[in-house]
Amino acid sequence: MIPEGSLLAAHDLRKTYGSTPALDGASFSVHPGEVVAVMGPSGSGKSTLLHCLAGIITPDSGTITYAGRELSAMSDAERSALRRSDFGFVFQFGQLVPELTCVENVALPLRLNGVRRRAAERTALEWMERLEVDDLGTKRPGEVSGGQGQRVAVARALAGSPKVIFADEPTGALDSLNGERVMQLLTEAARSANVAVVLVTHEARVAAYSDRDVTVRDGRARDMEHAV
Amino acid sequence: MSIGHTLLGLLESGPRHGYDLKRTFDEKFGQDRPLHYGQVYSTMSRLLKNGLVEVDGVESEGGPERKRYAITDAGITDVSHWLAQPEKPEPYLQSTLYTKVVLALLTGRSAADLLDTQRSAHLRMMRVLTDRKRQGDLADQLICDHALFHLEADLRWLELTSARLDQLAKVVAP
Repeated sequence: MIPEGSLLAAHDLRKTYGSTPALDGASFSVHPGEVVAVMGPSGSGKSTLLHCLAGIITPDSGTITYAGRELSAMSDAERSALRRSDFGFVFQFGQLVPELTCVENVALPLRLNGVRRRAAERTALEWMERLEVDDLGTKRPGEVSGGQGQRVAVARALAGSPKVIFADEPTGALDSLNGERVMQLLTEAARSANVAVVLVTHEARVAAYSDRDVTVRDGRARDMEHAV
Repeated sequence: MSIGHTLLGLLESGPRHGYDLKRTFDEKFGQDRPLHYGQVYSTMSRLLKNGLVEVDGVESEGGPERKRYAITDAGITDVSHWLAQPEKPEPYLQSTLYTKVVLALLTGRSAADLLDTQRSAHLRMMRVLTDRKRQGDLADQLICDHALFHLEADLRWLELTSARLDQLAKVVAP
């Protein structure tokens, strides 16, 4: 049921909103260091799948296993702790705290996990350097461009040393040149740190940075690796 | 691509031997499909016959004789004319993909599966090109981007067709 060596695996997920089924028997898995693109038309259930995998919403039925533990067997507090310690998130926009500087934003996941400010900001700056935004440390999110802000968000997602990054349309608000640079830096950094990436996108050029793609249609996920 | 015009264009920057022309062509334009020597020499003899190039000198340097070619004024005019002409946009009407989708619907097979499989094959190719782009220089990036945008256009068609399959089924297999 759980593919061998997978870090995060879902089996037969079902989720209904009112009378509308969002997930109808979806299965999914990702290995450490692997980038998997989740594709599909609007309303196909791909964002619901991502939110279930990340433990943000609970499916009506089905199992999600992360590093050998079942998410549904955990309490809300345990799931929140897991999200803080093991998961990183990148969304389309609006994820940085506007009152904090960029380096404080990147350091935030570490601070929440109890790392002291100086050490957290040192690690944050290392990731910002990796994402080519280390010169923006003292700026606030409102003072940087969309592409720069998104790189800061990627640095923040990586700074807490997550095992999985969930990226929901991470380049949706960027022009193609900036979008590609963000994808290049995100996937390079994730692969070198052995971080798995679950990438929801409707853009093929973005999905082309993945190792494998899964198509979600009518609430079901189809692994396309062996489709041809 | 017009090999004749491309070789002429390369000659415009200065006279070259056939081997030199082939090497420059392969470096700049022929990563996937390098020229055969035969192609270079048959093209050069055609250009020579048409007065677009001339033999600028013959060298042997201890080995076989090598002709150095130079572009003529008529050749320069020809290159200018070629560069000024827009390429004919290809409309790709009635593509193989469309035929396959219709046949799948007519024969009761899953056209949605066919489209998903095709999308994945396109994505796989896009991955290869993206990887090549990542490792290449600016020229590589531009060449790959051109191919990527074409594949992306196909993918948009696949998406749209996928969303219209029920409608199409009613038309082609009522």
